Parts: sequence; structure tokens; C-alpha cells
Amino acid sequence: MEGTERVFERLVLDHQNRIYALSLALTGNRHDAEEVAQDTFLRAYRALATYPPDRIRDLKQRAWLHRIAVNVVRNRVRGVRPRLVELNGSEPARGPGPEEDVMRQAEIDELAARVACLPARYREAVVLRHVQDLSYAEAAEALGQPVGTVKANVHRGLKLLRGETHGDRDD
Amino acid sequence: MATVMIDLKRLGDVKAPAGFADRVLAQAGLADSYAVFETVLGPVYVAWSKLGVSAAMRCLSAAEFEEWFGREVGRALVRVSPPADLAAKIEDQLSGKRRLQFDLRGLTPFSQAVLHKTLEIRRGEVRPYGWIAREIGHPAAVRAVGTALANNPIPYFIPCHRVVRSDGVIGNYGGGGPEVKKQILSLEGVQLARLQKLAQSGYRYEGVRSTKIFCFPTCFHGRRAREESFVFFHDEAEARAAGYRPCKDCRPAVA
Repeated sequence: MEGTERVFERLVLDHQNRIYALSLALTGNRHDAEEVAQDTFLRAYRALATYPPDRIRDLKQRAWLHRIAVNVVRNRVRGVRPRLVELNGSEPARGPGPEEDVMRQAEIDELAARVACLPARYREAVVLRHVQDLSYAEAAEALGQPVGTVKANVHRGLKLLRGETHGDRDD
Repeated sequence: MATVMIDLKRLGDVKAPAGFADRVLAQAGLADSYAVFETVLGPVYVAWSKLGVSAAMRCLSAAEFEEWFGREVGRALVRVSPPADLAAKIEDQLSGKRRLQFDLRGLTPFSQAVLHKTLEIRRGEVRPYGWIAREIGHPAAVRAVGTALANNPIPYFIPCHRVVRSDGVIGNYGGGGPEVKKQILSLEGVQLARLQKLAQSGYRYEGVRSTKIFCFPTCFHGRRAREESFVFFHDEAEARAAGYRPCKDCRPAVA
């Protein structure tokens, strides 16, 4: 049991930034991102507690956490469009990190909201492939979809994003 | 094409907000949260986990509390802003209105038994160490009970101050020395002077003439009688010989 707790602490410290970034890109606002990221780690913790030691040792943590996060988002937003309006002021004053100045944060928020406008199946694919920089194989694994499907969804998602923001070339 | 890709990459570089990892660990029950509360006893640092209150201590600074917690409990500790309902709950706990949940993981089963038994002692009453030892099924372990109470990680909340020596000496107190112990007991309505006078004369139990029941001197049931209808006993044998039976509530002896 002690072992699981150490593994989990490492897991949180190693992956918190990536999983938070993933959650932000998938949900489109910081409030939901925090909830999704927390939920992801809590599910991971509950799962770890039931795994035998060799399974924990062989775990591909990054892919595994991505898969959990995708499922958390799918479960919460099932049938519901993501919230696009950030409710400013309802958030406790957690503020940006030291390097993240306000301008940059506003840009990021706008970007995240734009990605959140994509239909879920495109959004997941685009975020895993281009925000999180997973390979197509890893993304397919995390999404539980064939590689071909993921490729097609990434392509269509990017096309939509470009169409909305620039409206020019089609590639 | 390129701009969208670059934008998306930047989205991937977002950092988790400050304190995120701590909040996750706290939610998983691996780290405790703490805050400082103003109570009738002055400022008290209180730590809690998902299972309940895990520690409480009067400390001069947050650093001192964190150091103490690391030594006594050993889990990670996260300072948070106090939840709105917890302050009221703590006030109720200290005034005896209701009970909080406690997280006693990490203590030995013996210590846990001692502390749970201590929670049964009502506000305004006291019990000797030997009573706890007998009640938890280790009648010879009186010293061990003393040690477990001295290391109580949640003084005030788990009322170890309500356990006193049977010779009437109030004894030492981890939460701030014997004077604080006396102060808290008086605050709770224990008549210390009467208690100590009885103990000095060697009387450990009081009986009520009309009911033929004997109690510990602070027992809630005994306190309803008038002073002139009390009789006092040195020990259980004397009481039984006089035809008295032990109170079923404070259990001065096995019934």
C-alpha cells in the first residue's frame, strides 16, 4: 500500500502539467480543466490501488493517463456542449503561474475555447495529436479507435479550426 | 496551416496552476489540509483528511505546526483556506454539541482504542486512567494508557484532559501543561476543588442514599442528587458491602 502511494505521488508530480494542459484543451476553460485533471488523477489512484505490483511497474503512465482523461471528459460532457463562457470571478484566486502573464493567459484561454468548439470526436483527435504531441498510434490507443479513424478526425478537425480562424488554404 | 499548429503546441505548454498537485494528493487522502481557527481556546491549528480531523495543536506559527505534524503524523500537509462549515463544527465540538469524525490512521490499535474510549467521557466529567484501561480490555495497561493519551494528536477535540489520576492529581497535559488542563476542565464545569478534596481524603466513589448506586464523583447521574444525600467510599468493596451497586453509566466497577 505504501508503494502505491509513492508511485501515485510521483505520477502526479510528473504528469500534472501535461494532464492539466490536456484537460484545458478538451474542456475549453480553466474551471472545468481543474476538475477534469483532478478527477483523472483520482481515478488513476483508485485503479492503482487494485493493480498488482508488476502491472504498475509495466504501466505506460502517459498513455494510460491520457486515456483516463479522455474518458472523464466523455463521461461529463455526454450530450452536453462544453461551456464556452468563462465565469470570471467564480474562481478562487489561483492566478496564473509566475511566467504566465495576463496577456498570454488570455490568449491561451481564447485558443482553448476555440478548440472546445470543435465536435467532440474531432476535438479529442486534434488535441491528442497536436496539443499533446502523441503519435497516431498512441492517440488511437488512448481514444480506443482505429488509427485510420483518428487520422481522418485530426484532418477534419484541423480543417474546421483553420476554416474558422483563417478561412484560406485547404491542405 | 502552420499558425494553427503552432497555436495548438502552445496550448500543450500550459502549466498546471499553483498547488494543483497538493490538491490532488489531498483529495486522494495522501495529504492532509490544514488551517488556523479562532476558538474559545485561542488560535488552534487544525489538520484534516477525507476521513476526518487528524490533528489539532496550539502553535505559535504555521511553520511550527507543519514541523510538529511531520514528526507526529508524517503525511504531506497542505495549507488551505478553511471550509465555511468546519469552523462551526469545531466550535460545536468544543462546546460539546456534536462530534466530528476523526482520522486516527497511523496510530496503533491500542492507541485508537484508548482515544475512542476517551471520546465517550462527557463534558463536565472526568475518569481515572485505570478506567480507560479496564474499559478497553487491558486492565493492567494503565501506564500505556497514559502514554497513548500523552501522544494524542488531537487534544481538545479528543478530550484527553478528561482523564485524571485517581489520587486527584490533575496530571500533565500535552496540550499546554497542567494549568491549561485545569482551566479547560473548569470551563467544562468540573468542580475541581470538590474533586481534589475528595481524592485527598481517599474517597474515590460517591453513592446516593436513595438509589443505593455509586458513581465516579463527576458522573452526570450522581450530580443530580443533593449534597447531603451523598455517601463516599474508598473503594468498590466498601461500596458493595454497604449495599450499593455500580452506576451503569459511568461504570466505576464491572456491574
